[in-house]
Amino acid sequence: MIAILTRDLRLAIRSGGGFGLSLMFFLIVVVLTPFAVGPEPQILSPIAGGILWLGAMLACLLSLDRIFALDYEDGSLDLLATAPIPMEGIVTVKALAHWLTTGLPLTLAAPAFGLLLDLPFSAFGLLTLSLALGTPALSMIGTFGAALTVGIKRGGLLLSLLVLPLYVPTLIFGAEVVRRGIEGLSIAPALMMLAGITAGSIALIPFAAAAAIRVGLR
Amino acid sequence: MSLWEYANPRKFIATTDVVLPWFWAGTIACLVVGLIWGFFFTPDDFRQGSTVKIIYLHVPSALMAINAWLMMLVASLIWLIRRHHVSALAAKAAAPVGIAMTLIALLTGAIWGAPIWGKPWAWDPRLTSFLWLFLFYIGYIVLWQALDDMDTAADMTSILCLVGSVFALLSRYAFLFWNSGLHQEASLSLDKETNIADVFYYPLLLCIAGFVLLFITLVLVRTRMEIRARRMKALIARERMV
Repeated sequence: MIAILTRDLRLAIRSGGGFGLSLMFFLIVVVLTPFAVGPEPQILSPIAGGILWLGAMLACLLSLDRIFALDYEDGSLDLLATAPIPMEGIVTVKALAHWLTTGLPLTLAAPAFGLLLDLPFSAFGLLTLSLALGTPALSMIGTFGAALTVGIKRGGLLLSLLVLPLYVPTLIFGAEVVRRGIEGLSIAPALMMLAGITAGSIALIPFAAAAAIRVGLR
Repeated sequence: MSLWEYANPRKFIATTDVVLPWFWAGTIACLVVGLIWGFFFTPDDFRQGSTVKIIYLHVPSALMAINAWLMMLVASLIWLIRRHHVSALAAKAAAPVGIAMTLIALLTGAIWGAPIWGKPWAWDPRLTSFLWLFLFYIGYIVLWQALDDMDTAADMTSILCLVGSVFALLSRYAFLFWNSGLHQEASLSLDKETNIADVFYYPLLLCIAGFVLLFITLVLVRTRMEIRARRMKALIARERMV
C-alpha cells in the first residue's frame, strides 16, 4: 500500500499538472473574486470564508479525473485489481494520495489567500481547521465519483455533475464553521458535523468506490 | 407463486398488458375528478385567494418526486442483491418521471411563491432540498446514458443511487442547519390536528391518488418500453452475427 502511495505521489509531482495546477486554480478563483464583486473590505470580508471554501472545493474537483483515468488507460488499474491488496485498500490509498497532493496544499495555502480577501484575522485558524477537517471528505467523495466514471471516455464533466451535489453537505458545514466563527457564534455543532462527514466518508465510501471500480473493470 | 415471478420480462409484459388499461383508467378518473373538483368547486382561501388551488398540483407532485427516488432506491437494491433485470430497468424508467415531478413541484411552487411570498425563489431548506434532488436526478440519468453496457450502467447507477440517498438525507439536514425556512409546515400528516381544512382535503387526496396512479402507469409503460428496446438490441446483435 505504501508502494502505491509513493508511486502516486511521485507521478503527481513529476508528471506536472496535478500538484501545482489545482493550487494555481485556487489562487485564480481568489484573485478573480474582487474583480467580480468589488475590492471594498466590507464586501469582501463577510464572503471571504465562503469564497475560499468554494475555491478549494472547485480546485479539488479539477484533479479528480486523474485519480483513476491514467491507470485505467495504461492498464495498471487491472494489475492493481489482481494485486493481493483488496480494492477497498487501493481506493483508500488513491484518495489519500489525492488529498496529499490537493487537499493538504490547499489547506496550507488558504490562510495566505485569505489575506487577499480581507478575511478577518480571528477566522484564519478556523479556516485552516475546517479545511483540514473537510478536504479529506472531498477527496474521498471525489474518488467515489472517479470510480463511477472510470470507463467513460471524456467523463470529466459527468464526474463534476455527479460529485458536486455530494459535496454540498461538506461545503455547507465547512463554510458554516468559518461564518459562525466570524460572527462569534458557537462553532461546535458545525465542526462536529464536518468531522462526522469526513469520518463517515473514510469509513464507508471505500466500499462503494471499490464496488464501482470492480464493475468498471469487468 | 411468488412476487419474483414478475422478474421474468415475459411474465412482466403479459401481466402489465392486463393491468395497464385499468391503471390508465384510474389515473384519468382520479385526476379529472380531483382537479375539476379542486379548481372549480372549492372556495378561495380567505388570505391567499384563488392561488391556493395550485396545491392540487404542487403537493402531489412533490410527494411523488420523493417517492420516485424511494422506488428507485428499492429497485436498485433488488437489482444489486437479486439481479433481476426488470428491476434495474424499472429504476431507469422511473428517473425521468421523477425529475418531471420534481420540476412540476419547483415550478408550481415558484408560480405560487411569486405573489404570496413576493418572490419565486427563496433559499428555504425544503426548496433547496428539491433543487438538490433535481440536480441529482440529472446526474443519475446522465450516468445511465453515458454507459453503453446495460449491466455496467445498472450496477453503476445502483451504487450511485445508494450513496446518493445517504447524501440526500445528509444534505437535507445540512440545509435545515444552514438556513431557517419560509415554507409552511406539511399540508398533510397522519396527525389530523395540523391538516388543511376538509373542503380542500378530499379533492387533494383524490389528486394525490391520481398522481400515484399516474406515476405507476408511466413507470410501467416506460419499463415495458425499456424491455422491448433491450430485446431489439439483442435481436439486432443476433442479426449481425448471422
